[in-house]
Amino acid sequence: MLTFILKRLGLAVLVAFTVSFISFSLLFLAGDPAAALAGETASGEDIETLRRLYGFDRPMLVQYGDWLFSALRGDFGESYYFRLPVASLIAERLSVTMILGACGISFALLTAVPLGVAAAIRPNSIIDRVALFLSVAGQAMPSFWFGLILIVVFAIKLGWLPPSGASSAQHFIMPTIVLGYYAMPAIMRLTRAGMLDVLSSDYIRTARAKGAPEGRILFRHALRNAIIPVVSLAAVQMGFMLGGSIVVESIFALHGAGYLAWESIARNDLPTVQALILVFSMFYIVFTFLADVLNAWLDPRMRSS
Amino acid sequence: MKTSWLKTSIASLALLVASGAAVAEKASDTLRVAFTKELENVDSYFNSSREGVVLQRAVWDGLIYRDPITNEYKGNLATSWEWIDDITLEFKLREGVTFHNGEPFNADDVVYTVNFVAKEENGVKTQRNVNWMKSAEKIDDYTVRILLKEKFPAAIEFLSGPVSMYPNEYYAEVGPSGMGLKPVGTGPYKVVSVVPGQHFVLEKNENYHDSPKGNPEITNIDIRTIPDVNTQMAELFSGSLDLIWQVPTDQAEKLATMDQFTAMNESTMRVGYLAFDAAGRSGDTPLTDVRVRRAINHAINREELVGALLKGKSKVISTPCFPSQFGCVEEAAVSYDYDPDKARALLAEAGYPDGFEIEFYAYRDREYAEAIMSYLNAVGIKTDFKYLQYSALRELNMKGEVPLSFQTWGSYSINDASAMVSQFFKHGSLDTARDDQVLADLNIADSATDPDIRVEHYTAAIKRITNEAYWAPMFSYNTNYVFTKEVAYTPTADEVLRFATMSWN
Repeated sequence: MLTFILKRLGLAVLVAFTVSFISFSLLFLAGDPAAALAGETASGEDIETLRRLYGFDRPMLVQYGDWLFSALRGDFGESYYFRLPVASLIAERLSVTMILGACGISFALLTAVPLGVAAAIRPNSIIDRVALFLSVAGQAMPSFWFGLILIVVFAIKLGWLPPSGASSAQHFIMPTIVLGYYAMPAIMRLTRAGMLDVLSSDYIRTARAKGAPEGRILFRHALRNAIIPVVSLAAVQMGFMLGGSIVVESIFALHGAGYLAWESIARNDLPTVQALILVFSMFYIVFTFLADVLNAWLDPRMRSS
Repeated sequence: MKTSWLKTSIASLALLVASGAAVAEKASDTLRVAFTKELENVDSYFNSSREGVVLQRAVWDGLIYRDPITNEYKGNLATSWEWIDDITLEFKLREGVTFHNGEPFNADDVVYTVNFVAKEENGVKTQRNVNWMKSAEKIDDYTVRILLKEKFPAAIEFLSGPVSMYPNEYYAEVGPSGMGLKPVGTGPYKVVSVVPGQHFVLEKNENYHDSPKGNPEITNIDIRTIPDVNTQMAELFSGSLDLIWQVPTDQAEKLATMDQFTAMNESTMRVGYLAFDAAGRSGDTPLTDVRVRRAINHAINREELVGALLKGKSKVISTPCFPSQFGCVEEAAVSYDYDPDKARALLAEAGYPDGFEIEFYAYRDREYAEAIMSYLNAVGIKTDFKYLQYSALRELNMKGEVPLSFQTWGSYSINDASAMVSQFFKHGSLDTARDDQVLADLNIADSATDPDIRVEHYTAAIKRITNEAYWAPMFSYNTNYVFTKEVAYTPTADEVLRFATMSWN
């Protein structure tokens, strides 16, 4: 088991650095970092000066090597744009994104799993229809639109919640709903499908035949098996939320890591983008790993394989 | 990207919100403002954004100040100045001024600031603002000389704008990063707190000197970065913002109809233009023929673009500079009226009776670029449209690989023609014309100390550039300011928010 984990982690680190090399090259292809850094007001001569000062005139491989060497020592350098250490910049932005991601996935799971179970118990009932409607709406509605509707209703019309910012818990309510609602449909549909599948299986019929109470059948026998793919999906969704909550962060002025990544790409802020890519790929790796462990706990058959 | 999807959706949203109660923070004497872009560093020498200029004018002072209405130069940290020779400026400094941290202002601060920013290795971001200075020397505590690298008559304009004075002891200790996090200046507002890129809180400088900027009235300024303009509007509706700016015209028009807001439009120095590869750097292009360039000038209905798209205080521009700039003589420019028939005739004469196909690049204002494209298509010029990130287009431009592009230039609010025409026609990497005669005129105009000689040679350069149709100048930009009725403010034509001139109604 330990060798398995170590092997996987080693592979993961290699994947992370390959991704970082590709993204480094892509950023160079996407535009001149010196021009992006100098900004729109700079003259051609300003750009040349900055190119020399920041060493963009060196071969790309040398620049990547430089970055890699420092990164391996834990030094992610200084953001070209903010002129602040990348590590502290990301740490600050990441806390907002992590809170948002954790709230978002909790909201999604807490609404999607019960709805999915309820829908599976009574297929084609009114609950199933409502759940279907909610999931279709959630999938179809762009988050920027949903976010604005919430702002109009709860911040402007009713005045209950602040429209944007991150200075109190209240500020996170609307972003959580928007982000969570986006992840909810997939989780709900998967829970429903899994439950339907499991509920028609032989061992559930056996459990029913021996007279086990319905609650015990549903949660102990059925859900525990149906939830396994949901756990894997939720892990991926969580990774997606941490790196991809750009629209939500932008609408609600949350200044999180997703928005920072998006903006840094446009600014060709190489050190920031590189560090963020490493962090995001690490998240994916950690979450998938945790999901596997959780699944192994849920399903003893997986532990031996 | 997001903004353009949103634009259409917010139109109906704005109507949904018939009457949000706007309660300005007049009671707590705090004006709440939104920035759209994350400002990289408050240190004004290490950012290149409009937001940075706004903070720079609030937190720091320059030696000189240009009145934005009369364009007259007045002393600010200096009380008087004179040219000792062509490359030496001497200043008498104002006495009794202190920085926000209590450090007294004197010649040492000027010497330190100038010597620091003029040194290329220190990496000032907008080199153009400072690289004309060689060094500074102290004559006595309140007399200082700035030495120029070469003749540079626009020095006064730069010293009244982007060049502001820093406290020597503090700056030596904290450097640009420290200055960005805890800025210290002499300006009308001092900085209370900075969350990099996100939140800036300013407080009135009670000891502000008798500056031409005027004494600030509003006690606190609270600036938050809200990237989405629709969210900014929501904040304004819900009463948690008092002032927003750079509001898109269609939305400003809707806000203007609501009782609780004042919407004002003001021109900016930004000029939009088409740049032609007249020198043929991108290969054998039809644009090397002056008749083709003139044809394109005739093909575009600038009045219609201004009236239907830009609106507000935008104007049709026919000069390769902004008309308020010193030396930007409008009469010198050859202007091309909208005449598609003439355009077709010129194309036929140049050997393209059926038009031609060409790559057309742009990096911002896609809707304007698309409108321009439809005019070109109408006279037979087929466009292969390429919309790129700013930095990517800039790189192609510098390599000379762009035949035709829609460009804009804001002259960093410098009211001197050298900030625009000389940027693009002096055979630098962005010069698409490479005309020796223009270069000769601009060299004289940029360095002569006699204003009449400068005007004469800018006139000659502008005449040549427009007659040869190296560009097709299009229009000037404008910006919209929307604020609650509680706020009294008159925006200026240089797109700088001046907190010191704002007050409560």
